[in-house]
Amino acid sequence: MKRLTSIFISCLLCFLITDMVQAQITEKPGFGKFAITNATVHTVTNGTIENGVVLVNGEKIEFVGENAKITADYQQINAEGKHVYPGFMDSGTILGLQEVGAVAVTNDQAELGDYNPHVRAFTAINPSSVSIPVTRVNGVTHVISVPVSGRIAGKGTLIDLYGYSPDSMAVLPNAALHLTLPSSQQRGWWDDRSDEEIKEAYEKGMKELNEFWKKAEFYNRMMTAYEENPSGKKQPDKDEKMDAMREVVTGEIPIIITVDKKQEILDAIEWTKDRGDARFILAGVEEGWRVAEEIAESGLPCLVSTLYTPERDYDNYQRPYQNPGKLHEAGVKVAIATGESENVRNAPYHAGYAAAYGMGVEEAVKALTINPAEIFGVSDKLGSLEAGKQANLFISDGDPFEPMTTIEQVFIRGYKIPMVSRHTQLYEEYLNRDAVQN
Amino acid sequence: MKKLLLMLLTLGLASATYAQEKGSVLVKNGTVITIANGDMENTDVLIRDGVITEIGQDLRAPRGVQTIDATGKFVMPGIIDAHSHIAGVDINEATNPVTAEVTMEESVDPNDINIYWALAGGVTSIHLMHGSANVIGGQNETLKLRYGAGMDAMRFEGAPRTIKFALGENPTRVHGQGYDVQPRTRMGVEQVVRDHFDAAIDYKRNREAYLEAKAAYDKNQRGTPPVPVAKNLRLEVLSDIIDGEVWVHCHSYRADEILMLMRVFNDYGVENFTFQHANEAFKIAPELRKNGARTSIFADWWAYKFEVYYSTAYNASILNANGVNNSINSDSGELIRHLNHEAAKAVHYGGTSEQDALKMITLNPAIQLGIDDKVGTIEEGKHGDIAIWSGHPLSIYSICEKTFVDGKKYFDREEDADDMRLEVNPEENFEETYTRWYESGKDADSCLRGAEILFDSNGMSLNGGTE
Repeated sequence: MKRLTSIFISCLLCFLITDMVQAQITEKPGFGKFAITNATVHTVTNGTIENGVVLVNGEKIEFVGENAKITADYQQINAEGKHVYPGFMDSGTILGLQEVGAVAVTNDQAELGDYNPHVRAFTAINPSSVSIPVTRVNGVTHVISVPVSGRIAGKGTLIDLYGYSPDSMAVLPNAALHLTLPSSQQRGWWDDRSDEEIKEAYEKGMKELNEFWKKAEFYNRMMTAYEENPSGKKQPDKDEKMDAMREVVTGEIPIIITVDKKQEILDAIEWTKDRGDARFILAGVEEGWRVAEEIAESGLPCLVSTLYTPERDYDNYQRPYQNPGKLHEAGVKVAIATGESENVRNAPYHAGYAAAYGMGVEEAVKALTINPAEIFGVSDKLGSLEAGKQANLFISDGDPFEPMTTIEQVFIRGYKIPMVSRHTQLYEEYLNRDAVQN
Repeated sequence: MKKLLLMLLTLGLASATYAQEKGSVLVKNGTVITIANGDMENTDVLIRDGVITEIGQDLRAPRGVQTIDATGKFVMPGIIDAHSHIAGVDINEATNPVTAEVTMEESVDPNDINIYWALAGGVTSIHLMHGSANVIGGQNETLKLRYGAGMDAMRFEGAPRTIKFALGENPTRVHGQGYDVQPRTRMGVEQVVRDHFDAAIDYKRNREAYLEAKAAYDKNQRGTPPVPVAKNLRLEVLSDIIDGEVWVHCHSYRADEILMLMRVFNDYGVENFTFQHANEAFKIAPELRKNGARTSIFADWWAYKFEVYYSTAYNASILNANGVNNSINSDSGELIRHLNHEAAKAVHYGGTSEQDALKMITLNPAIQLGIDDKVGTIEEGKHGDIAIWSGHPLSIYSICEKTFVDGKKYFDREEDADDMRLEVNPEENFEETYTRWYESGKDADSCLRGAEILFDSNGMSLNGGTE
């Protein structure tokens, strides 16, 4: 009897524990040594390996190749018939900064003021955003999240999508400054300013920006001079905004300029010339295909999306889909940026359209992996499957650009991510809901 | 004989009034996705004068009928979007919580370029809906995308009348919070519907009694003339809803408000309704099934407003598995361009079969619009609304090559010029900067188009337009 009771109790305990595990919001990720075998490995930088092996050891990729000695301490994942890709990166989002678009108190992507170089997305990233697990289970492991307001909105941050603090997620806390140039164009059909007024506003805006830039360069020279040899000099007063511009004017971090229209793109290219050591990236660039040669000549990389309607009514319907391919063809380095928050998970489909409409699959994969890694200067860590790089990858049952493909397992910084999100949890709960009411 | 002649003449006149251009074409050797009878490989489809007359192998083109070789390609029924605002000139009559008398009939721009872009995505019919600013908005129009034809010629002949309802944040925000007019809450939304249904029932009874009494008085010319009950178009339309003559398409998000409206409909005997957006429909799939309700949803839009925060992209699969008739819609000039891939997401999220996913953009929306006897499948006797795809339409690499409405070609990728201006002047330095602002806004569905400009930082103002 006693034995029966104890069996009963242990059974009950088992049930309870199982229940408790299921009740958790997310499971804990796995971490340690993993051997992914028999997979088609898309290294991005070194071609595709059929029947390949990827060894993950802690945070890093230990080995990528055909044959590896796999010791017993590796957890084996047989990926026969499956594909392994480096984790995808979306180069322009507001993920982690915006929870619910229409609820203002959950929006942290737009600070007041026109010139905010000292404002940092890194500060406001919410690691608990429900959108983060929703995004990563689709194979998007990294995003650049960018503030978007005024002339200088602040600094974007490059994060991976696993962690409990911005610090643990940040690959680059300050990835780039975000700048919107004054527009020499009418803003839209509702913009009823005269040509004179538009020109006046444009010139005033440019004057303001150029003065801000000059001041920043001066501040940097002044501070550098003092830091190099403080003896006998009076320490200059600190200015937060100007201080934040130092790493920008010195080219330590790049500047993302968002421009869409042809003339704005040309204006932006012109403005970036003779800016000392500063580095620039173009974003948006919806009419890039109109001036692809000019962009290529400027050497500026572009962050683009594909799922929008043509800028002008008379444009060929497929221009947005063709834009990345046409830019690439002209010699521009292209990365995919959705500009999204909750649906960053669609980044692979943006790339899929680019692939289908002229860019080709291989280049479109690069636009989500090695290209952004190079543009933001982190290709030593991210963007391809190579020994020594961070273990950011996913296993899929097919081409990840195909909406019907399933992403089966994601690794971020070596962590084997639970493939759950609010969306999967609601599915589990409600698929077979019984008890019909009403 | 005279009667017959008159009838023929009338018929001739009527058909002349609504004459739409119809075409004939033979599409050969394609894989035909019939929707009704599975996929048929290496099969020909013959369309004559706008109607599919034959499906089979080795068909011969009748004299004067063009043949198109679709070897290696897929032939699919034209996509139907059960929720669209493209081609709509005015979307919201946001001045009263109930504007049933308003209609989109005269609010169609047949030259809207979005129609052409939708055709380029294989779409042949749309449900042009009134907006969601009001609890009971205006009547909608089912259109065929006969791009460039006149406004009347765009109408889908024989489609049932439909009307837009809206629950939740949109009407409470526009009216209660913006104007201090009921409803400000979901409680108020229910009462607005019930109050107006009651008024419509009373109106119908009183109006009919009056008309009878008046007829009697006119005939006899004795006694006192009856007190008139004036004709009220708003109440007449509401009455038609209760009588089942007007089908309801209701903008809704939360499960509780969907249940509320089904209770109201049960009380008033309203039977034919579709819940639009319905992000939380998955929570009450058994109830929707039990009440015969249909749903038309986004593939994966969520979190753009609070009432869609507790959403899941698995919505379509859950509804489908529970036997609810569900369609995938766009409500957007951008999404309508690739509804095939939006449908493919139902395979990705929840493993809906490819056939069922395809039904969600063809037969299911046709059923929801009451046009499934005419379109939505490739079957003999149905309209010649088809699209030819370079590969399987659920693949991201497949491109729509040609789109036919009533057998007439409205889109052909090969004929698509680089610059779509009708007259191109090479000397022209034309920096047009028109921006479709209402479609770039992803923070809300475009149901609120036109109503949003009524808001500024101080709340709502009828003048609008202040930045």
